[in-house]
Amino acid sequence: MENSIEQIQDDGLAELETAADGDAVNEITVKYLGRKGIVTRFLRNISQLPPEERPAAGKQANLAKKALEKAASRALERIAALEAAAVDQLDVSLPGRPTNQGTLHPVTRITNEICGIFARLGFDIAEGPEIETDYYNFEALNIPKNHPARDMQDTFYISDNVVLRTHTSPTQPRVMEKQQPPVRIVAPGKVYRCDSDLTHTPMFHQVEGLLVDRNISFGDLKGVLTTFVHQMFDKQTSLRFRPSFFPFTEPSAEVDILCVMCRGKGCRVCSRTGWLEVLGSGMVHPAVFENVGYDTSKYTGFAFGMGVERIAMLKYGVDDIRKFFENDLRFLRQFRT
Amino acid sequence: MKVSLSWLKEYVEVNLPTEDLADALTMAGLEVDSVEDRYDYLHSVLVARVTAVNPHPNADRLTCCDIDLGDRTTTVVCGAPNVQPGMLSPCALPGTMLPDGRTISAGIIRGETSDGMLCSALELALGDDAAGIMALAADLEPGTPLNRALKLSDPVFEIDLTPNRPDCLSIIGVAREVAAFQGTRVRYPQPEEPATSGSITDQTSVEIMDPDLCPRYTARLILDIEVAPSPFWLRDRLLSVGLKPISNIVDITNFVMLESGQPLHAFDFDQLVENRIVVRAADAGETFTTLDEKERSMPQNALMICDGEKAVGIGGVMGGLNSEIEPDTRRVLLESACFNPISIRKTAKETGLNTDASHRFERGVDPAGTVLALNRAAYLIAELGGGHLVGGTIDENPHPYEQQTIALSVTATNRRLGTDLSADQIMAYLAAIEFEASTVDPEVLSVQPPSCRVDVTRPEDLSEEIARLYGYNNISTTFPLVPAEGRRPEPVRVLRDRIRSFMTGHGFSETVNYSFIGSDFAGHLGLPEDDARRASVPILNPISEDQAVMRTTLVPGLLETMHRNLAVQNKTLRLYEVGNTFLATDRADSLPVEKEMLVALWTGQRSPFSWHGKVEDCDFFDIKGVAEALLENLGIQSAVFTRVPAKACDYTRPGASARVQLAGKTIGLLGEIAPAVLKQYDLKQGAFIMEFSVAALLEVGTEDIDARPIPKFPATTRDITLIIADSIESVNLTDFVEKLDETLAESVTIFDVYTGAPIEAGKKSVSIRITYRSATETLEDNAVNDLHTSISEKVINAFDAALPA
Repeated sequence: MENSIEQIQDDGLAELETAADGDAVNEITVKYLGRKGIVTRFLRNISQLPPEERPAAGKQANLAKKALEKAASRALERIAALEAAAVDQLDVSLPGRPTNQGTLHPVTRITNEICGIFARLGFDIAEGPEIETDYYNFEALNIPKNHPARDMQDTFYISDNVVLRTHTSPTQPRVMEKQQPPVRIVAPGKVYRCDSDLTHTPMFHQVEGLLVDRNISFGDLKGVLTTFVHQMFDKQTSLRFRPSFFPFTEPSAEVDILCVMCRGKGCRVCSRTGWLEVLGSGMVHPAVFENVGYDTSKYTGFAFGMGVERIAMLKYGVDDIRKFFENDLRFLRQFRT
Repeated sequence: MKVSLSWLKEYVEVNLPTEDLADALTMAGLEVDSVEDRYDYLHSVLVARVTAVNPHPNADRLTCCDIDLGDRTTTVVCGAPNVQPGMLSPCALPGTMLPDGRTISAGIIRGETSDGMLCSALELALGDDAAGIMALAADLEPGTPLNRALKLSDPVFEIDLTPNRPDCLSIIGVAREVAAFQGTRVRYPQPEEPATSGSITDQTSVEIMDPDLCPRYTARLILDIEVAPSPFWLRDRLLSVGLKPISNIVDITNFVMLESGQPLHAFDFDQLVENRIVVRAADAGETFTTLDEKERSMPQNALMICDGEKAVGIGGVMGGLNSEIEPDTRRVLLESACFNPISIRKTAKETGLNTDASHRFERGVDPAGTVLALNRAAYLIAELGGGHLVGGTIDENPHPYEQQTIALSVTATNRRLGTDLSADQIMAYLAAIEFEASTVDPEVLSVQPPSCRVDVTRPEDLSEEIARLYGYNNISTTFPLVPAEGRRPEPVRVLRDRIRSFMTGHGFSETVNYSFIGSDFAGHLGLPEDDARRASVPILNPISEDQAVMRTTLVPGLLETMHRNLAVQNKTLRLYEVGNTFLATDRADSLPVEKEMLVALWTGQRSPFSWHGKVEDCDFFDIKGVAEALLENLGIQSAVFTRVPAKACDYTRPGASARVQLAGKTIGLLGEIAPAVLKQYDLKQGAFIMEFSVAALLEVGTEDIDARPIPKFPATTRDITLIIADSIESVNLTDFVEKLDETLAESVTIFDVYTGAPIEAGKKSVSIRITYRSATETLEDNAVNDLHTSISEKVINAFDAALPA
């Protein structure tokens, strides 16, 4: 015997493994298992072996035969699959079937982001009417009739005593009238001012915030707004608190953030100051508490407000506020969800 | 409010560079909007050396001068008598704007080229001399800009003052702030009274008829004055803050107002009938001609300053034409008064006269500064007008100013601010801004604000003063300790989020449209006369006609958005908006009803243009599919869609409009925009809309999910095709099958509808598929067949249906 049956089996399996097509598989099958095939010949020659070796050799040869037969059919399947794939070839570079995905308005996106940050800090979300009484929009907020502070906001009037709210601040007294401290709310919504140019639209959106409890300090206001700015922009965005005036807070502060475009170097967006005014804030004025019946000796609180479009413009690099209300699909589609 | 550094330095030493000063003012709460150098106009006025003076060939009094501008030479025509070869003089290049507003241009003067202008000191607002061109020191370098050559620099700060700080509507007020943050003191003017003669009370009187409107009125009298231009220093002060000089008397009143914040008025004493002043409220229907030569009708309760016979001024707002200072005025009655801020504001608003005086009075002037300012101006008039001051002052003071005292708790202040300041530190900060403070006990301070700080009345106001002097940015950042409690989000907010995420996920882009629309919307939409949405809320002062009323429907906003998009070739649109509409109520004292709506609009193609098959236009059933899916998503199961009768259709097309109803109540509307409405909004393609009331969805929708077991046994389906009258709505077939209430018939659906040959006219073929399933076993074919046959027979009988041939 030239070769062991093991060797013959291994050779056959290796050849079948690399057979390129059906004909090759057939040739290999004939070569090993045909009438004059190697395995067939081996089986025929068993009779020439010593009788005590014959059973083992016979068994071995039959196993080899089965293994090769199985390998041959596997090879044929493999080749068939390859051929089928070649026939069913897709041009995978073609575009897929389009699906439909809409977009959220950037004002909604930013409002959600702002409210989300404050919700994580434990603030509830409150809402109030867009058409407001003079009382809630002004007087309850310590802005009496005929006060020069009324010039700070150009007001749309419905009647002498009804206005389109000029800020989301009326939500403050509305909530406080119904709820004793602690109060923690943010109030998003539309506001209206009689003003229209490149940087002003007669309608825009604000988010108002209010926190009232015992022992609330200006330092706490700084802490909460710093957390907010760091989450809304990033940790490198430093804040600057600047004295200002709002009739319903005392002390009052404008909050500037380091220009997100130039990082303080000075650019067109920040008018070369390095700072951007993004929030108004302050400690709630005692007159506001008196108007809602809170005990000013017990409670202090802070309030703040910001323009949603202003923040959206900074976050998304939009340079004209009117774009938000033109609703050009090419603009809207950029704010993917 | 404009403040020039040169003027500011009159009252306070300034030891900060300009940029730092601007920063420090901003951080003190006086926001500096801009800083500009008032001598910037001298950039293009160069030092010129006159190298030759030649006679002008066509004019005796003119010369043609060759001048050397350092890097070049040129020629200018000059009319000055003092021009000499070799002298240095300023030459304004073409394009320069002079302080009097003239712009220099290159040109030809009587046939000779003139490439600029040699200027006098007066023309450049650098001095009084107008006799000839300005002679400059010989050591200056020709070609140097004049502001650099003469080292002229005077930064002017434009301060955006908040309404609570009228004390800073004056140069001294700003100086007080500068002194506070620099730790220096203000040098107040200390004018000395000139010699006087006579007594004012012998010559005039003041009578206040309405002390509430005029708590104080003071006056002085100056005789024998001569009205003339002001001296250079005075003109220069006014010019430095952009005010135009007029004459010595007027300039002095303006100067003192800008210096001290107290508006003053000078009357021509000889024009006052009976030589006296009466202060009274305006009569009903009274008219008055102001200094600007306009006759105005006076609002009731406007405060009028009168003589013995007639009004001569609107108190605190503007003087009258009948008593103004004229070139021949010889005797001046000078007024310094306190007026009621609210009354001044009303008068200014109603007359539309917002003057420097009214601006200050309505914010509040220093009630203790009245006489100081009066004297300051009176002395200047006597000095600069060459007049004689009459002895004594009229001081009608029916409501004298009372110094207020505020008790300030050190602990409460520190607690409010989050600081740890001692009583001494607090007192030091307050002293820096001239607040007097003393300790009552270690914990409580007694604080007296200066009279000019009319805005400070409470301890909290003091806390702001302390905080801003301590520095807002020096207060440490802390976090509030608050209870870990919270509320469930408002259901409407949850619903709104679900609607948005559904719509967005189904390919609709969210829009936000203005809440105001044109008042003609109801006609455009074809709303019937009695439609609730006609009750819109008009705005009294709209910005424009197309934003005149509050919207009662979101539809016009979306149609206008569609129009804008079509104009820029965005032709396939899937848009939606969630927002409030506003409906007027009958009751005058109640606010309009705000009703939140969802409206979606689909126009153009069903699917994006691509290689995957033919792209078709969207239709009614596309938008209906969205509506059905939305309702399903919101847990609303039994909504029915019913045809809107043709006569009830407004902006949707009859025949392609459906109401969405639930238990007989309409919660929404679907439909194709009516052709007439498309035309109104100039839309060249059709559109489909879907409209829901958010409140209605909130009422019937649910967030709750009740999970049911999934079926254990397989289902099997059977179909049947029926030919029925075209007028029968298909839903009747499915409803009928459902109402048979066969336990094994799990669901029924329509899968084909066909009209046309070979189906006879007036009929249609409808195919329905019924799904059968048992909860307890796998159904046998025979059982299903028997049941299906039985159901089919019932349907055929009920609808007089035929089977297909």
